[in-house]
Amino acid sequence: MKYIDSQKVKKRMGGRITRNTIAKGLFFFATLIGLFFLAALAYRILTQGIGNLDWEFLTGFTSYDPERAGILAGIVGSMWLMLVTGPVTVVLGVATAIYLEEYAKQGRLTRFIQINLQNLAGVPSIVFGLLGLTIFVYVLNIGEVVLAGGLTMALLVLPVIVVSSQEAIRSVPNSLRQASYAMGATKWQTIRRIVLPAAIPGILTGSILSLSRAIGETAPLLLVGASTAIFTLPSGIFDPYTAMPIQIYSWTQQPNPDFQAVASSGIIVILVFLLLMNSIAVIIRNKFSKRY
Amino acid sequence: MANKNNKNAVFSVENLNLWYGDDQALYDINMDITENEVTAIIGPSGCGKSTYLKTLNRMVELVPIVRTSGQIKYRGSNIFDKSYSVEELRTKVGMVFQQPNPFPKSIYENIVYGPKIHGIKDKETLDHIVEKSLKGAALWEEVKDRLHENAYGLSGGQQQRICIARCLAIEPDVILMDEPTSALDPISTLKVEELVQELKKEYSIVIVTHNMQQAARISDKTAFFLNGELVEYSDTNTLFSTPADKRTEDYITGRFG
Amino acid sequence: MASSKDGNKNLSISERIKKNKETRKSLNIIEKIVPKLLLLCAIISVFVTVGILYTLLSETFTFFAEVSIVEFITETRWQPWQDSFGILSLVSGTLLITVIAMIVAIPIGVASAIFLSEYATDKVRRIIKPILEILAGIPTVVYGFFALTFITPVLSKIIPDLSFFNALSAGIVVGIMIVPMVASLTEDAMSSVPNHLRYGALALGATRLEVTFKVVLPAALSGIIASFALAISRAIGETMIVSIAAGATPKFTADPTQSIQTMTGYIVQVATGDAGYGTTIYYSIYAVGTTLFLFTLVMNLLAQYITRRFREEY
Repeated sequence: MKYIDSQKVKKRMGGRITRNTIAKGLFFFATLIGLFFLAALAYRILTQGIGNLDWEFLTGFTSYDPERAGILAGIVGSMWLMLVTGPVTVVLGVATAIYLEEYAKQGRLTRFIQINLQNLAGVPSIVFGLLGLTIFVYVLNIGEVVLAGGLTMALLVLPVIVVSSQEAIRSVPNSLRQASYAMGATKWQTIRRIVLPAAIPGILTGSILSLSRAIGETAPLLLVGASTAIFTLPSGIFDPYTAMPIQIYSWTQQPNPDFQAVASSGIIVILVFLLLMNSIAVIIRNKFSKRY
Repeated sequence: MANKNNKNAVFSVENLNLWYGDDQALYDINMDITENEVTAIIGPSGCGKSTYLKTLNRMVELVPIVRTSGQIKYRGSNIFDKSYSVEELRTKVGMVFQQPNPFPKSIYENIVYGPKIHGIKDKETLDHIVEKSLKGAALWEEVKDRLHENAYGLSGGQQQRICIARCLAIEPDVILMDEPTSALDPISTLKVEELVQELKKEYSIVIVTHNMQQAARISDKTAFFLNGELVEYSDTNTLFSTPADKRTEDYITGRFG
Repeated sequence: MASSKDGNKNLSISERIKKNKETRKSLNIIEKIVPKLLLLCAIISVFVTVGILYTLLSETFTFFAEVSIVEFITETRWQPWQDSFGILSLVSGTLLITVIAMIVAIPIGVASAIFLSEYATDKVRRIIKPILEILAGIPTVVYGFFALTFITPVLSKIIPDLSFFNALSAGIVVGIMIVPMVASLTEDAMSSVPNHLRYGALALGATRLEVTFKVVLPAALSGIIASFALAISRAIGETMIVSIAAGATPKFTADPTQSIQTMTGYIVQVATGDAGYGTTIYYSIYAVGTTLFLFTLVMNLLAQYITRRFREEY
């Protein structure tokens, strides 16, 4: 006898296929929500902010008059921060990645460092702000200056740079390392002359993406004392500063609704910066991908 | 072993055993490798021939769980001695791998990599080395006009000869070749084989091959490995015409493997 | 050097290499020092963790010298300027935001992941994924501004009672911000389910939907749950959106239409205000920070535990 009644199966088939089609539509619709949201955000910010975005805005300091407020101090301040954050975090991050990938033996210490990094990546950015406030601003007594902000940011993005550098180093084929060792090269010679040059594009891409995350971070900077209103540009790492997201935040806090347009203009500027950095990262990735 | 041509042994392997963790891969190998000859190592896959080759320049130690016992004397000194530096050994004992593995650099930079890491910096000497090595690898005519192009632009066969040239650049004493033609087409294979014949005038060559015809064509001596043991080792002609061991005969007549 | 160089001219390359070896002892020193330097850098990340723990705990102890820990944990009023420190108000604010965010992020994130992993063609995937990544790259201050000036006005047309600052708008936007994270982690989990399992079911006549729910999702479940835990941790720690759009009035409430305050929001409020160094209010941000840190740490460890414990072997 037959256990499967093909008539019944056939009858149910139509419903099953319809359900599949409906579900597909729902999944697609859900995916679109995120995209709609992005479109709404972009439209809103552009229409609100583009009118105010002129040379005066780019080259002016902030002001109590929304007509005259500018973002210059934020742009310059963010760049100063990156001048500190970039080198510190890239050096520390790449060195850590090299150690973990090339030198570390699979032991307890390595595992501990890895798990620690994983957890550090999950610590809220504002907690890094508390760390920076205590250690850099008060204990080391650096004060509320560029250096304190930059170092705090460096620690914040360190786990991201380590992970992306590890991936880049891991993707260098072992055959290249072997070829180098077989020529009598030492370990460090192999790393410096073969592994690092081959991993550089990946490391660079990861670093730029991490720095673009740092540029958008606001909360830790509020803690370590970035000023909201500043009327001189920092001329060194021991000067007070502000940053683009800090200025945008302070504009959102203004009761005068005209500042909404100012904030939108500021957001356009920071998004352009992020877009530029991301494009560079993508270009590097595409230019150097698939070389071996 | 009788040395009828009065040639010296570059390697004397004595009672060599090797383990990957708990698995023994080589059993009590004793074997002399003679200078200015081509020594072929044949055997079915997994017989330990490649492991054995990599032991000769201690590349096998890149696998952290490897242990060895016994000794390998290279020109009289045991390479497993604590005081023996692997870098020095590998400077004298070069290696060519199964897959061509040029560095992602220019042809020129590939060749001068070895000399540079060993402290030779002056441009004139380096230029000289590049020409000599590429000529040695029979590649000079093909690439002399594009020395500064990326080595990845070359064909597989050319890449493999770049790797040989890279090896020649530091003037090694021995060249180990791990199935150097298995990734190549027949024409490139022929070129590499001719090259090996040329190279043995100046270098001692140990070549692992899964291809018995190749071993018969190019080698002076042949060693047959099976399950981590050296079954038979003699002149290539002798081994292929009158094998002493039944297992060798079975293998070369294609009864297994 | 000049004379030795001329002398070298007559040597073969191998002889010169040998000679160089003897004179270059520095190489050995570098080989010994470099790993130690690198290890030192790697250890710094451990010091960062130690620094965080030390900072949080030492200042929190100072705080508890002035405020009773029992009051801190059980009191529901948080009015630091009137000396009442009941963390429950801030915790409830944080949880309210987190719950709203998860209600938004989990269905949208998982549905997007299912669409991208199981239904979308390669071409569609290649267009949509980068756009979702853009969503993840937008600074949170921008989201906060958008919540305050766009989402809240839109919502207040639907809910007339909605406060100007409210948990609902902030929570929704936190949710949207987290969608890309849930989507990409879930998709990773789903795409690590090997295709032969899918083909097995499809070959029996199952529809894509049935394959997804009966084969792929169960197999990828641990990865998906872990992504939820990470998303919750992220929502708990989110700062700027709630500072800007959720308000600064700590309330022990579950009503999303009201102005509330989260733990992160309080820290920002104090940091941007004028409470001086060394006051009880100054120390209170560390007590709040410690609580926040514990919440996120638990979620992160949970995520790691789930991935390790239930790792699928195919």
